[in-house]
Amino acid sequence: MIRRLCVAFVLTLVLCWPSFVSSESASQSGGELHFCLHGEPKTFNPLLVEDGQSEIVRYLTGGVLIRLNRQTQALEPALATSWKTTPDGRTIIFHLRTGLHFSDGTPFTSEDVAYTVKALMDPQLHSPTGDSFRSGDGQVSVQTPSADTITVTFPAPVAGLERLFDQVAILSAHSPKKEMAVLGPFYVADYSPGSHVLLRRNSNYWKKDKEGKPLPYLDSIRLDIQRNHDIEILRFRRGEIHIINSLDADLFDRLQKESPAAAHDAGPSLDSEFVWFNQVPTAAFPDYKKVWFRSTEFRKAISLAINRDDLARIVYAGHAQPAYGPISPANRFWFNSALPVPKYDSAAALRLLAQAGFRFDGGILRDSSGNHVEFTLITSTGNKPREQMVTMIQQDLSQIGIKVNMVTLDFPSLIERITRTFDYEACLLGFTNTDLDPSSQMNVWLSSAENHQWNPKQSQPATPWEAEIDRLMQSQASSTSDKKRKTDWDRVQQIVFEQQPFIYLINRDAMSAISPAVIGSAPSVLDPHAFWNADVLRLGPDPSMGAQK
Amino acid sequence: MIKDEKITKLPWNALRRLLFLLCLGIGGAFLSATLVRFAPGYGVQERELDPRWSAQSIEALRQKQMLQEGLASYYMHYLSALAHGDLGESDSLKRPVRELLRQRLPATGKSVVRGLGIAWLAAALLASPGLASRGWFYEASSTAFSSLLLSLPSAVVAMLAVQLRAPVFFAIGVVVFPRLHRYIRSLLVRSYNQPHVLAARARGLRSGAIFCRHVLPIAAPPLLALLGVSFTIAFGAAIPIEALCDSPGLGQLAWQAALNRDLPLIVNVTLIVSLVMFAANSLADLTSRAFAGSVQ
Amino acid sequence: MSPLQKTAAVILCAIFLLMVLGTILVPAPHFHQFRDVPNASPSTAHPLGTDALGRDSLSRLLYGTRVSLLLAPAAALLSTMIAALLGSAAGFLGGRFERIVLAVTDLSLALPWLFLLLTVRAMLPLDVPPMVSVVIAFLMMGLLGWQASVRVVCTAARGIRDSDFLLLARSSGCKPARLVLCHVAPNLRSLFYAQFWISIPLFILTEANLSILGLGVMEPMASWGNLLRGFEDFSALGANPWRLVPLILLVIVVICFQLVLPSQEVTQ
Repeated sequence: MIRRLCVAFVLTLVLCWPSFVSSESASQSGGELHFCLHGEPKTFNPLLVEDGQSEIVRYLTGGVLIRLNRQTQALEPALATSWKTTPDGRTIIFHLRTGLHFSDGTPFTSEDVAYTVKALMDPQLHSPTGDSFRSGDGQVSVQTPSADTITVTFPAPVAGLERLFDQVAILSAHSPKKEMAVLGPFYVADYSPGSHVLLRRNSNYWKKDKEGKPLPYLDSIRLDIQRNHDIEILRFRRGEIHIINSLDADLFDRLQKESPAAAHDAGPSLDSEFVWFNQVPTAAFPDYKKVWFRSTEFRKAISLAINRDDLARIVYAGHAQPAYGPISPANRFWFNSALPVPKYDSAAALRLLAQAGFRFDGGILRDSSGNHVEFTLITSTGNKPREQMVTMIQQDLSQIGIKVNMVTLDFPSLIERITRTFDYEACLLGFTNTDLDPSSQMNVWLSSAENHQWNPKQSQPATPWEAEIDRLMQSQASSTSDKKRKTDWDRVQQIVFEQQPFIYLINRDAMSAISPAVIGSAPSVLDPHAFWNADVLRLGPDPSMGAQK
Repeated sequence: MIKDEKITKLPWNALRRLLFLLCLGIGGAFLSATLVRFAPGYGVQERELDPRWSAQSIEALRQKQMLQEGLASYYMHYLSALAHGDLGESDSLKRPVRELLRQRLPATGKSVVRGLGIAWLAAALLASPGLASRGWFYEASSTAFSSLLLSLPSAVVAMLAVQLRAPVFFAIGVVVFPRLHRYIRSLLVRSYNQPHVLAARARGLRSGAIFCRHVLPIAAPPLLALLGVSFTIAFGAAIPIEALCDSPGLGQLAWQAALNRDLPLIVNVTLIVSLVMFAANSLADLTSRAFAGSVQ
Repeated sequence: MSPLQKTAAVILCAIFLLMVLGTILVPAPHFHQFRDVPNASPSTAHPLGTDALGRDSLSRLLYGTRVSLLLAPAAALLSTMIAALLGSAAGFLGGRFERIVLAVTDLSLALPWLFLLLTVRAMLPLDVPPMVSVVIAFLMMGLLGWQASVRVVCTAARGIRDSDFLLLARSSGCKPARLVLCHVAPNLRSLFYAQFWISIPLFILTEANLSILGLGVMEPMASWGNLLRGFEDFSALGANPWRLVPLILLVIVVICFQLVLPSQEVTQ
């Protein structure tokens, strides 16, 4: 009996074995690049893209008129060989490449561009890509004088207009495959929900390398859908995937120790983490707290009392830079380098607080009417760096007698509080910036905007400095001179620095992992960090494609 | 005469029970809809924080979400759609729920069945020879092993499975095994201590013969009932394990749906999970009753 | 009591004693960050090293032990009370009522109670002390974790209802109140006690699972589950075996709880 049972056990094991030996380690042909998507792509229609996953697919498959070089941060001709903006900033004229075909063989003409722009500017479309072009009320007019020329006229000047076309993948007006016919280096060949997206080489891609060989080099790219970052790095170690586009600091640190050649830190990225106080007049907490949060001295004192160097050193293992303003130094053109770099100084913070009428005695900070200074800082659950930063801020602020309570909320609850109920006192969140141009942040800085987090949707600017920011933002948006816009933006950064409505903490580095088997990689600080030049990447002869040896 | 009546009543009773369970399942689905609807952050979307959206677009997004606000109308709508076999569309994944369930349910089913297979085999193998030979060391070490597994939180088991790249069904097996082992062992101990088994042993019957002829008939009915119970344990364990291992099954789907407050998806997943649990428990109930009847 | 049970009981008592003494002997407050020595190895100043933020791991472990060991019994008590009420009512009344209670028990295993946890958190004011929110989290677990016990209690109650001695008592004119107090309660008491005892390790494990999923005890509080969250990095465990201490302690305590329980009362 026992022996029979043993046989049955062995049999079960044998039957189950194929799933023990994971199927992903199947052998590689020619060049198939593997990496992970952190979720399901919600759409393959490039005009409707709003999530990071769809954005990756769009970047790899979409053909655009103008491409922003992720390394030089300069605009380069792509489907358009040249372009010109009229001095009033409302009209842009493109000259297109001729003789190109979509991935399904449909010829490419100015008609396709006109079709795309019209679809994009449809007021019913509601997509972030389309919304970023909207500058004023009225119709967008599109003219196609010839098959290789197109003129687009907007109702009002659009700041940084050319750069916006980096996001617009051209659709075919006539292809029966609709949005699946593409002009980019790859096309979507297969999508299995929950498992993977397979992109194959588009043999009709327009670009050639220096020797005139058609690009891309890779035969295909397999994007595995994998939310868990620990599994992702395990798979990278085993050589099952070649690239991790964005790594957390602790995972990066671990990888760097094991295989330094695979770990790439491109320096501070555009992403920033910050804290803000709720200044909404109707918020549900006592009035004396509203007085603190509206006090510039209070916010500046908090900013001074947070040890940013410690945050960068401990939470990000040194892979982050202290941040003091809305623009990361990675954004070479728009960063205001004249801003002073304040030091962590709790004594100075106490002096500022004393000026504002706060008293510090017996290790406790009290306001002028004797209330103990105490607030709750919320952040999102499951984000380890954020939880750790709040914990560290707790200890930093306890040194100037402020008691900080920490509450972590899951993302939907958090968003509900900061956008609907305003039932919170302070919040720590991050901002993932994909765009270099400051006009992409209009909805953050205008006092009437939804994303003006500390006090959104104001009918009138609540403070003179918010009024000034409004004026500067409008002024830069209606200007076509980059010099003028830069002056305006420098001033906005100056005001934000002086008023600290957002207390910026750090800019995390752009960290990625790239297997040594990948040839031609050049990690950049702009997204997509590791595969922005996917069309010139190729896989080396190393058949194990592992990162380990 | 009475017996005949019972037989003719049987299908009717079974039907009534089925109907009762179905109603209960739908009641459960409604209850879960209510829980989701009143959970914080319902109808709020992460994309509202994307500054690229214009105010008009955000307004349009919110309007679209508002259409689902009324709970009573949602119930009615859901019921009438359900009657037509339509399970609606997932809010977060933008796909028909039916399609999602059709993809994910077999994956989870497979892991649960395989996990159960491992757990039952291991439990039966570890529990039975120890009793036959009554080796002190074997007994103590197998009990220690199963106690150790029993005291590991299933999330830790899942994390271990991730690190070792062991498949999900293995983790499920590891979670279910110690529970089975304990029960099967105590059951067999009790059976071996029955007077007639003791008598058989005293007569010097071979252990195989004792096991098949005397022990198994006593132990079989509760074991069959245990099969149903172990299925619910395995199914319940599959959900957090799949969520942690990020394996594309029902558990991961449910977890993602919960994080995204995806009402149509959660309601249907609840319905499916509760129906599966009912089915397993009813089957366990029926078999144990049938056996109890036959023994009497 | 068998020697094994005695040993288990002694170990449990020792851990409880350590927990009480630990609050006096801790090297540092559990939340204090020694920022110069994050992720440190064991030393005389930090016998179990420090965590990623430089907090003393031993202090956090002792604090977490206190949270888990004091609150898990509270949750167990609550759930046993609910199970006792529901289960015995179902067992005695029998028939349709019993079937409904059992079906509802099954159903409640399938419901997404996660949302109730979230809703309760949302309804609490944000500035409740962390300890209060932890206590509430455990009470919620107790409130939602009674399903396993109900079946057992129900079966036992049904057995007593059909027993001869109860029939005898009833036929000799015993009043219902006296029936419940003198005949039923003493017979079920040991079962309730066993269920309570079984539930304690279950709630310790539940808390660990929830905290690992990010739904249990929140930072900067410490609990066993919370300490296990730092466990994702298995590759580093080989080099830092002392990180395993929270898991080992948890396993020891849960095993001891299982052993202390008289074995014949282990039902499911």
